[in-house]
Amino acid sequence: MSEEFVFFLYDIATYLLNGITQGSIYALIALGYTMVYGIIKLINFAHGEFYMIGAFIGFYLITSGMPFVPALLIAMIGSGLVAVLIEWIVYRPIRSAGRISALITALGTSLFFQYAGQRVLGADPKAFPQAIKVKTYQIGEIYITNTQIIIFVSTILLMIFLWWLVNKTKIGKAMRATSFDMKAAQLMGINTNQIISFTFFVGAAFAGAAGVLVGLYYNTVEPMMGMIPGLKAFVAAVLGGIGIIPGAVIGGLVLGIAENLVVGLWVSTYRDAIAFAILILILLFKPAGILGENKKEKV
Amino acid sequence: MLNYPFLGVLLASLLFFSCNKEEAATRKTNSSDQPAATTKAKSDDVIRVGAVFAMTGPIATYGQESVNGINLALKKINAESIKGKRIELIVEDNKGEPAESANAVRKLIDIDKVDVILGAVASSNTLAGAPIAQNQKVPLITPASTNEKVTQTGDFISRTCFTDNFQGVVMAKFAASTLQKKNAAIIIDNASDYSKGLASVFKDEFKKLGGTIIDQNFTYTQKDTDFRSLLRRVKRANPDVIFLPGYYTEVGLMLKQAKQMGINTPFLGGDGWDSPKLQELAGPEGVKGNYISSHFSADDKDEKVQAFVKDYVDNFGAKPGAMAALGHDGMLVLADALKRAENFNAESIKMAINSTKGFVGVTGSITIDENRNARKSAVVLETKPSGMSFKQKVSP
Repeated sequence: MSEEFVFFLYDIATYLLNGITQGSIYALIALGYTMVYGIIKLINFAHGEFYMIGAFIGFYLITSGMPFVPALLIAMIGSGLVAVLIEWIVYRPIRSAGRISALITALGTSLFFQYAGQRVLGADPKAFPQAIKVKTYQIGEIYITNTQIIIFVSTILLMIFLWWLVNKTKIGKAMRATSFDMKAAQLMGINTNQIISFTFFVGAAFAGAAGVLVGLYYNTVEPMMGMIPGLKAFVAAVLGGIGIIPGAVIGGLVLGIAENLVVGLWVSTYRDAIAFAILILILLFKPAGILGENKKEKV
Repeated sequence: MLNYPFLGVLLASLLFFSCNKEEAATRKTNSSDQPAATTKAKSDDVIRVGAVFAMTGPIATYGQESVNGINLALKKINAESIKGKRIELIVEDNKGEPAESANAVRKLIDIDKVDVILGAVASSNTLAGAPIAQNQKVPLITPASTNEKVTQTGDFISRTCFTDNFQGVVMAKFAASTLQKKNAAIIIDNASDYSKGLASVFKDEFKKLGGTIIDQNFTYTQKDTDFRSLLRRVKRANPDVIFLPGYYTEVGLMLKQAKQMGINTPFLGGDGWDSPKLQELAGPEGVKGNYISSHFSADDKDEKVQAFVKDYVDNFGAKPGAMAALGHDGMLVLADALKRAENFNAESIKMAINSTKGFVGVTGSITIDENRNARKSAVVLETKPSGMSFKQKVSP
């Protein structure tokens, strides 16, 4: 192998690595989109804001001296509770009003959090404290940091937890039943309101986890940080097949990797343009998303 | 079920009103000692100065520092009157965005009926607001926008800082002669006129001095957070110096990620780096060993500078950055012009501003040239974990 070729392989490995890290974040956020959509057919555009709220809870906890892991868990619970509250105050009253009203309400909620966040928290980016000392490992020409590994491992652990929750527990069974047919589930004695609240909680907790992990990775948090990742996660959810849990993970990873390959091998100016063009292409050929036809796994 | 929507509306309206009140309080006149004017009618003893700055958003420290500097100058100015008049400052937040800057300028002219406008910092912001001021014939002084195009908008637009034509040349010379570098990569912020302008000046001058510029398109966009794949490509191009004319939010993240990716090549930047947030975001490792051009150094031994630094620290509890010094000088130049103006109509204020000669501020001696740009010296600073340290002074 020529030296040029070896370096090319290193390049590709670097781009894949960065793509997987970014994709993991998208996947964690996309899970919440897809779960909520699966259960009440609501595209919750405020979902990116739960990610921001998680990041800020983590920011304040770690700044006040709490170690990383408990801060992460509390941030997850915190953004989960905010989501439950929002579902109760905002979405529940209009649940029967039709999907367009719900969609617009979701957009409004999202804007409310972004601008209230700027007012309350301050609009300037804040430096996230270095909760875990960054170490860089070098393999040949590939540089990998421990934060990247932490993101990847946490994502996998959370996915396994979610799989267990949905497929192996009673509440998971109830979630699946509610998603399959809400009326019938109600008739079978399932408290569907509770199940919907729980779904919001889990989805937002995952987004909150993504927020804290991103804070650790990029060392910055700001109130508008949820907007772009929120949109991209939505795209990832649609790409994988909205309503399908493994689809969100695959969609997130595909999007993250596509973006980084475009930046690395082509022109960074076109990163989003090309990444989204790829998505449009995939959706042209598979309108239901990558895992589109597999309806059984939806939640 | 009925009370749910009601509760929601109640909550939302409560929050809305509490926000509004606070906003109104911070937005009202910032004039140092007088209570806020309640009527919009022009009173005879007041000159209204509008200030358009990013008080929030990704370059918020610039806006806040600028306004601090302006207020410091204003205190001195209002201690004595200008021909029996006092200056009243009205601050508008443009969030660091061009569209908001245009709105702010329009509001200041139409509603607050200001006589003069100071602002903004980022060139793209000033470029969005300047045409409105020019059309309405309201003089606008930008204390900090360095892009060439800003003052080309028209005769009512002037600046009290140097331009990128000068700043870019300073850094190209510094790279080629002081650092002895031969092969530069340039990373451009695609959403910024400032970044593009500075990059093209640097490119021409560095080539003229015998260096080569790596002919690849390294770009990013404001609000990006992940630069690892871009940096990987830059690294593979093997430059011995990297010119990064951006703003501190993205630059800070990029410097940090560059270190993590094993890039030890020095980065050079412009005044867009000059914020205390840079150290916070880049971390001590990332910030080390890079150089920027700027307007002002708090280390400068000059008496006037040290007096300003002391005054600033006493009032705001932190060392002033370049934007504080520029805001301060911009306000002083304006006050000086108002003193010299025949009367307070827009035409004579404009004439007085544009004929400023050798006004000595804390950022050096300011002379407004025929293109309404200030001719003045620049400083090269080294970025260190503890702050910016003075390296050399370059005169035009």
